[in-house]
Amino acid sequence: MSDSPLSSVVATADQLLPGGWEMVVGLEVHVELATRTKLFSGSPNRFGDEPNVNIDPVTLGLPGALPVLNKEAVELAMRIGLALNCRIQKCIFHRKNYFYPDMPKAYQISQYDLPLNADGYLALPSGTVVGVERAHLEEDTGKSTHVGGATGRIHGSDYSLIDFNRAGVPLVEIVSRPDIRTSEQAREYVSELRAILEAIGASDAKMEEGSMRCDANVSVHKPGTPFGTRCEIKNVNSIRALGRAIDYEARRQIDIIESGGVIRQETRHWDDAEGRTHTLRTKEDADDYRYFPEPDLVTVDPSQEWIESVRASLPPLPAARRAMLQELTGYDPQSEAVIVAVERGQHEYVKAIVDAGGDPVKALIYVTQAFAEAGANPAVPAADVAALTLLERDNKLSATQAKTVLAEIVANGGGDAAAIASAKGFEAMDTSAVEAMVDEAIAADPDAWAKYCAGEEKAAGAIVGRVMKASKGKADGKIVSAIMQSRRGS
Amino acid sequence: MTQSANPITASDVAKVARLARLDIDDAQVEHFTEQLVKVMGHFGDIDALDLSNVEPMTQPYPLVNVMRDDVEMPTLDTDEVLAAAPAAEERRFRVPPIIGLDG
Amino acid sequence: MATIPSTAIDIAGAVASGAVTARAVVDEHLARIDARETEIHAFNLVTADSARAQADAIDADIAAGRPVGPLAGVPIALKDNLCTHGVETTCSSRILEGWKPPYDATVVARLRAAGAVSVGKTNLDEFAMGSSTENSAFGPTKNPLDLSRVPGGSSGGSAAAVAAGFSPVSLGSDTGGSIRQPAALCGVVGVKPTYGLVSRYGLVAYASSLDQIGPFATTVADAALITEVIAGHDPMDSTSIPRPSPSLVSSVTQGVSGMKIGRVTDLPGGAEPEVLQRLNEAFDALAAAGATIVDITLPSLSYALTAYYLIAPAEASSNLARFDGVRYGLRVNAADTNAMYGVTRAAGFGDEVKRRIMLGTYALSAGYYDAYYGKALKVRRIIARDFDNAYGDVDAIIMPTSPFVAFTAGEKVDDPMAMYLCDIYTIPTNLAGHPAMSVPFGTGAHGLPVGIQVLAPALGEEAMFRVGGALEAAGGTQ
Repeated sequence: MSDSPLSSVVATADQLLPGGWEMVVGLEVHVELATRTKLFSGSPNRFGDEPNVNIDPVTLGLPGALPVLNKEAVELAMRIGLALNCRIQKCIFHRKNYFYPDMPKAYQISQYDLPLNADGYLALPSGTVVGVERAHLEEDTGKSTHVGGATGRIHGSDYSLIDFNRAGVPLVEIVSRPDIRTSEQAREYVSELRAILEAIGASDAKMEEGSMRCDANVSVHKPGTPFGTRCEIKNVNSIRALGRAIDYEARRQIDIIESGGVIRQETRHWDDAEGRTHTLRTKEDADDYRYFPEPDLVTVDPSQEWIESVRASLPPLPAARRAMLQELTGYDPQSEAVIVAVERGQHEYVKAIVDAGGDPVKALIYVTQAFAEAGANPAVPAADVAALTLLERDNKLSATQAKTVLAEIVANGGGDAAAIASAKGFEAMDTSAVEAMVDEAIAADPDAWAKYCAGEEKAAGAIVGRVMKASKGKADGKIVSAIMQSRRGS
Repeated sequence: MTQSANPITASDVAKVARLARLDIDDAQVEHFTEQLVKVMGHFGDIDALDLSNVEPMTQPYPLVNVMRDDVEMPTLDTDEVLAAAPAAEERRFRVPPIIGLDG
Repeated sequence: MATIPSTAIDIAGAVASGAVTARAVVDEHLARIDARETEIHAFNLVTADSARAQADAIDADIAAGRPVGPLAGVPIALKDNLCTHGVETTCSSRILEGWKPPYDATVVARLRAAGAVSVGKTNLDEFAMGSSTENSAFGPTKNPLDLSRVPGGSSGGSAAAVAAGFSPVSLGSDTGGSIRQPAALCGVVGVKPTYGLVSRYGLVAYASSLDQIGPFATTVADAALITEVIAGHDPMDSTSIPRPSPSLVSSVTQGVSGMKIGRVTDLPGGAEPEVLQRLNEAFDALAAAGATIVDITLPSLSYALTAYYLIAPAEASSNLARFDGVRYGLRVNAADTNAMYGVTRAAGFGDEVKRRIMLGTYALSAGYYDAYYGKALKVRRIIARDFDNAYGDVDAIIMPTSPFVAFTAGEKVDDPMAMYLCDIYTIPTNLAGHPAMSVPFGTGAHGLPVGIQVLAPALGEEAMFRVGGALEAAGGTQ
């Protein structure tokens, strides 16, 4: 397949499938680039407009129209290449010839043997490294709507309607090496890729809206033997579906082989509702695409200077962002809180809270818990959140009280934590008052106390409840527990 | 390989006609095959050339890095364009059922 | 009223000075069209009303003292593969019959801005594939000098229009000789500029890496003026050379004193003796005008035909795939889209177009690419190198444009290979991307005109027009 050392990846024992089978997966991910205009013409690259408004002679493949390459699309593609550790190289475009009504010229302008980005890799948070064979530029097709028939699907429809708004939208196709050995790794690869694409501003990478599309090449074999015949799985529209489709397909292939059958190389369609794949076309009827160099476009030869300026403009990638939060908070980079904050792009916000004097761990937890809808740049001043983290850290507010204050700050787009706490009557209790309340509660329920002292931890609830009631909720539960433990002598 | 030694056959012509979506009958296949055999018979002349170490020439005046800025340009009028279409409906181009094509 | 001048330069001068009105110029040319168009069939469409309206607008500008362009009031005919907004553009094919482009080709916009008045769209071999203008879906064009003969092709309509006096100048496109060969056969001047000098935006593509737009004219100076107007960088064409239009009209009268002119000693054979006689006289004329004649060889020239008939059909097979009955042009209905493609394209394209589409599809198809298309691209490189070597020694080369004078209609139409051999001397410059022009230089068999071809290196238009001007001044033996 390739001479890359990465292609010798083998599954660990726990990654093998029953019967000692190993799955081998390579992914082809198409992403729409976040440019203003199309890859080869000045029509808007915009989703959701009325049909056939973002059209021009190039988009429609009118006679006489000629493509002119969008520089921003090349830069965004270079960003992707650099983020995936690819070599950026001198490249050309080819025509891929095939007839389909949503392909206006009856050829797609794509890249063939000389792609812009080649030979990179993506290191996943779990430590797996997946090779990236290439990441090349090409144009998107229009969209067909199938009318009539029972299902609204292509088969059995009476006719189809074509909208060319999407035709010519710039795509980058990212082709992995067959280095993936489990459906978890496949999901992780796509999640991490999506996080990277968002981080570098190359694409909004939404699988559900089709701005990120994923095809999976799946085969199975016994370790130490040559790779099996692969099938390409299309129509995978979410990361979850990707995992299901790969697991299904590997199982299907193993069943065929174990019952004496042979896998045919073919393209298969994932049906998410049915949870299975079915044949779309076999290799025998594959088109002969007659690739040849596109004579209407010239060579792209990025200078070292251009490459370096693009590299310098890249923001920190998700892995670096996770490492930053780890350093800040001591949390594991694979912990839920760190991953969530980085996915939402709120790592800088966490850092801003800490820079404003806030407690790092509480800053991370507040952000992951209360800022789900706030986007990468929440409106709440970081200093306001920082002040609240300190009130909780210094036991001036209980965790419950802090949560209430945080909710109000978020709802109001900011606020003085101390003033909000005070308005709610959340003034801090001093420890001696709490000690007195604990002693009163022990005296009021000696049975519970005896059980607690005998090691029945859940008996503590009755005592804590009395203290909370007496303090009208102002006592900090953690402090109450600490006093009780000290009284018990444990 | 000497091209003239392997002249194009009727089955080759039928295959390229299918690839090119030209619905021609068997008599036309025969007719075109005869003509193409004659034309391609002359192509054997270049087999005499030593083409090793010759780079293919795809463009006569090679330019590099011709790009445009990512700026919107005027679009076409949808009504004018759809009026020229063989069939249109709901501001879209209408085509017969799409079968026998992948996608 | 003054008589109407015969050249574009004189017409523009007379109109701008008020000596004649643009309207009178246009009316005179429309009257000539009325008189002879039925027998010649140079046009697919004559745009008389819009031509008169445009002429009136120019006259109004002049009356009001507003500035006018360098081609004010000059009638021009446009090959019907150049997109004209709202005006039918058919490429002489059933598949585009009735199609009105929603945009103008860059050259059309530049001509209009310069004040030129389009009188119509001229006939061509369907999609510019042919050398006789007999492959038009709308009937052949006749040679105005002898109606039993072809005007050459594929820009036969544009050549005939100028030869018949329907317009002093016209535009054609040249992929393998489609301007120069009909110019030679009709006794007019025809220019194929350097690839990339003139924008192809809006020219319906035949073979993208070979196509170039250029003028027909009755004089070398008129051809230079039209080239000046249409040349220059266009951001809509990625292969457009990023430099301004050259100044060429002044080159025409500069003379050839001190120039070195190449004589190809290994020229492929097949030319008629009268044609070779005129060529020798052309060398004598240039030598007499002060040029030095230098013998050169172009050993790969004879392979150009094979390279061309693999490369051009390959590109054409892809360029013409867009005519699929979905967005514009002809559709023949069928039960499903795939079947619709097949019947539409079979009904819409003529036999020569089908032949080249099939040949090109074959040359690109799996298993044959390296043996055909890939090899042809290498031959192309060798041919370009031969020219580069030659231009180390000479400033320009002259050779025949066509091996023979205008042939009779129907003579070659059923023999594709015989037809392809018409372009044996013109194809090499398309492969190299160089400029070349055909200048009428006396007559040959049957008293029909002979064209001498002037070749120059890339962007060597000034040298080419100097030589062209000198040949025109010398005149050939009638």
